[in-house]
Amino acid sequence: MIEIEGVSLSHRGTPILHEVSLALPKGELTALIGPNGAGKSSLLSVVARLQPLQSGSVAVDGLPVDRTPSRELARMLTIMRQDTGFAGRLTVRELVGFGRFPHSRGRLTDEDRERIDEALALFDLTALAGRDLGTLSGGQRQRAFVAMAFCQGTDYLLLDEPLNNLDMMYARQMMRLLRKVVDRRGRTVVIVLHDINYAAAYADRIVAMKDGRIVAHGPPNDVLTVGRLEQLYGYRMQVHRIDGRTMIRHHD
Amino acid sequence: MTILPAVSVRAAALGTVLFFAALCAASLSVGVSDLSTVDGTEALDTLLISRLPRTLAVILVGAGLAIAGLIMQTLARNRFVDPGIGGTEQSAAFGILLATLVWPAASILEKMVVATLTALAGTAAFLLLVRRLPPTQPYLMPLFGLIYGGVISAGVTFIAWQMDLLQYLDIWMNGDFSGVLRGRYELLWLAALLVALAWWFADALTIASLGKDASLGLGLDYERMVQAGLAAVALLSAMTVVVVGMIPFVGLIVPNLVSRLRGDNLRGSLPWVALGGAGLTLGCDVLGRLLRYPYEIPIGTILGTVGAALALWLLAERHERG
Repeated sequence: MIEIEGVSLSHRGTPILHEVSLALPKGELTALIGPNGAGKSSLLSVVARLQPLQSGSVAVDGLPVDRTPSRELARMLTIMRQDTGFAGRLTVRELVGFGRFPHSRGRLTDEDRERIDEALALFDLTALAGRDLGTLSGGQRQRAFVAMAFCQGTDYLLLDEPLNNLDMMYARQMMRLLRKVVDRRGRTVVIVLHDINYAAAYADRIVAMKDGRIVAHGPPNDVLTVGRLEQLYGYRMQVHRIDGRTMIRHHD
Repeated sequence: MTILPAVSVRAAALGTVLFFAALCAASLSVGVSDLSTVDGTEALDTLLISRLPRTLAVILVGAGLAIAGLIMQTLARNRFVDPGIGGTEQSAAFGILLATLVWPAASILEKMVVATLTALAGTAAFLLLVRRLPPTQPYLMPLFGLIYGGVISAGVTFIAWQMDLLQYLDIWMNGDFSGVLRGRYELLWLAALLVALAWWFADALTIASLGKDASLGLGLDYERMVQAGLAAVALLSAMTVVVVGMIPFVGLIVPNLVSRLRGDNLRGSLPWVALGGAGLTLGCDVLGRLLRYPYEIPIGTILGTVGAALALWLLAERHERG
């Protein structure tokens, strides 16, 4: 369980988060949605202790993130940020292997190697394992970074826009994989998504944010309503139910 | 670009090691006194008092500077900086000048301590300042570094000129191994220790090159890594400047070349950076002893020339690849 209590954040006088409180239960796939600048990435950063906590509290499985040793947290929670801009000469296997660092501190064991192979296979990277990151397409690199996060083997995965650069086939595959990770392995996934239809199709829970506040929070059908979406994005969309699923037509 | 196939990497590795061994042999045998014509004890004395210390000093300095460059590039997340570009060596020279002025009786060790502190301050200021540069413009950082180092170096020259110390200054500003004798270089063994330490922390360094967020996410104390890295860079540069004077380009070129051949996973590539730094420095030192035999050209001059050519080639090549 991730418990966020009264978290506010500002950067050089500009407020980013206002008194955010939220509880995310274990074993669910939660999607953070909202317009650009809503504070979704900042909230993930605070939970993952990348941003120091300015006020309020954040606890993961009861451990406060600002007072728990970073190494211990790294075995409970992983975060993948938006493209790190790294295009150095590391192979995909090497990068994914660094996900094991919190466990083995760089001296890979046989178990680590098994986990690396598993992550590579799961994210369809086995054939690319020996390739340099710099030679990959944006989508392939994105998959490699998500595979690294998965390889860290933590109960909680926080992913900031993991569908960036992915084509439809890989975006669908990524969401199905994350779904599987939640359903079969009991992991908890919190993900920032821009395409609300992916959120509608795959998330257990949607947290809608705007201007640093949580506007709505609940199962997809409760959050994805015409009124809420207009409040969030500032224009009217059509919300359809097709074969019992919610589909949002957000373009003309 | 893809990393070269395994066979050619192995061949290159073997070639490098053999070439390095040949350079060591050359460095031990080249000098004004011809070891084959003097009698046994005198030859042994020359070897132990002068040739061997000099060769060791060159190896230690070369390996240390290459590793200092690698660490600095990792911390700055830019491949085009090193202790010469970024003000570290110039700040160290300022420290030595300061120590000479206010504390004329200071020993070489005490001077090194002062130089390390000023190098630390100079490098930390550089890293703070370059954080404001846009990461999309990688060439701005070396450009800024050159100006930054130039300003410090101009200040040092001005003070030395005012105090009538310009002749001393030349000793620190242009590296030269000709003064290395037994008893005058042993401080440099610290470089071996620092290189070993860097290798011990190679995985953490590679992760640091992925950026602050990735490091924190994997449970690394990023700030402490930066502090430790800065301290290592400052120490390596300060001891070099104090004992032999500034040596340009080693820290810039060698990590870039090794990255092309062995990739950026430092667990595997860091020893090659150290060996490459030692090899390049030793090669240039031997060249400096041979070109005007029996006179010597200081290594700072040789590396300034060879290094500038290699650095330009690196820049042009990178540009071509986009």
